[in-house]
Amino acid sequence: MIRLQDLSIQQGDFALSGITASIESGAYAVIMGRSGCGKTTILEAICGLRPIQSGSITIDERDVTGLPPGERLVGYVPQDRALFPSLSVREQLAFALVIRKVENSLIAKRVDELAEMLTISHLLDRYPEGLSGGEAQRIALGRALAMSPSVLCLDEPLSALDEELHEEMCALLSAVHKETGVTVVHITHSRQEANRLATQRFSMVKGCLTLDE
Amino acid sequence: MKVSNGKLSVSKKPAFTVGSNAPFLWGMGVIAGSYILLIILLVVADLCRADVNYMMNMVFGDSPRSEEIRYAIMLSLLSCTVSAVLSVIVAVPIGYIMSRFQFRGKTVLDTVLDIPIVLPPLVVGVSLLILFNYWPFEFISRWVVLEVPAVIIAQFMVACAFAVRTMRVTFDQIPQRYEAVAMTLGCNRSSAFWRVIMPQAKRGMLAALTLAWARSLGEFGPILVFAGSTRMRTEVLPTSVYLEMQAGNLDGMLSVSLLMIVTAVIVLIVARLLGVSREHII
Repeated sequence: MIRLQDLSIQQGDFALSGITASIESGAYAVIMGRSGCGKTTILEAICGLRPIQSGSITIDERDVTGLPPGERLVGYVPQDRALFPSLSVREQLAFALVIRKVENSLIAKRVDELAEMLTISHLLDRYPEGLSGGEAQRIALGRALAMSPSVLCLDEPLSALDEELHEEMCALLSAVHKETGVTVVHITHSRQEANRLATQRFSMVKGCLTLDE
Repeated sequence: MKVSNGKLSVSKKPAFTVGSNAPFLWGMGVIAGSYILLIILLVVADLCRADVNYMMNMVFGDSPRSEEIRYAIMLSLLSCTVSAVLSVIVAVPIGYIMSRFQFRGKTVLDTVLDIPIVLPPLVVGVSLLILFNYWPFEFISRWVVLEVPAVIIAQFMVACAFAVRTMRVTFDQIPQRYEAVAMTLGCNRSSAFWRVIMPQAKRGMLAALTLAWARSLGEFGPILVFAGSTRMRTEVLPTSVYLEMQAGNLDGMLSVSLLMIVTAVIVLIVARLLGVSREHII
């Protein structure tokens, strides 16, 4: 369960206030809204990448408001995926576990598990350069899921993909959600995606986040 | 314009044209060509006048002066390497801070970092000399001023400023998104920096190293004032040119100059081979 309580977020000229919402545990929450309305800001605040002026964020009854991003157990897939150029796919998937000093054999097992689920086993020794959009998306997802986060934040994950890949990726996101039970926060401007994937829909209009019944 | 028979017809006015590109391109070409020609002529003039035998004798001969030249070459190579490495070590954190963080007084700090570039090199030397008269520097001035460490400090003061600029550009070109993702995966700023950012900054660091090295080689004014021009002690290659000039020896001046040109060209070639691209060198 993600609870946003009366959040105020300032970024330069931009300001959001009074943001309050509850996302159920295990839900696939889609936040819809026009470009520039603040959806990314809220996502970044949940991840801990955007400081908040006031209010609180609770994840699974744990107040994460003051915690650094690394301690919130929130997986983040940015819009441009941001795969680390100097690390191989295997190293990217293992990254979060290496930081947490997990045993090597367990890391190898988890990496193989993820690679199989996301059908990227054949890419493990490749580097990000030259990979297709769809492949990069899968790797970015795997990287975020490696540490078994309780929340997965996706910033417009489907916007850079062509139509063919769109449906494939939707199916993948749906499958990953079912298999891992992670709470997903997916932001988009596409109603189609919301219809296809959401179990909870939110709209961001004029700085207000509201749940669509 | 009129409409008749369903067609538009333009009334009798001279047809509009965008004009020729030739004058513009020629003008640019002449200006660029003149400068490029001047550079080439400079080098060619040196090469024409050069006496390779004289140069070889000067460097490899048995005379006292040859011994001094060999010392100057060795000191130049050593001091440039030390000051270049120091410059990069200092430039990396400064470049990173200036690239990543916003804070009050950042513009002032920016200006301060440009001072060694903007100040006349001689003034940098004079300022260093004066600084080492004051506490706490005065305690070590006996081992520094007019000694080898002074050469390195004088080279470092200017070279580092250039290295900082290069590193800042390098970090500016690495999106902050990478650190953001790394932090969500469990990194703090330090591990994000070492694991994700530094590997990508390698090329930029090499460029900064090359630039600092080349800058250090050519430094003369500050070294003359702060380290002096003592043969077999603080004489570096630019100082050798000066000393030859003082002795009225044009051939000597030219020989040492050619040595420096050759060294500079080698450094540039090595840098290109190691993949340092033009965008990295300001």
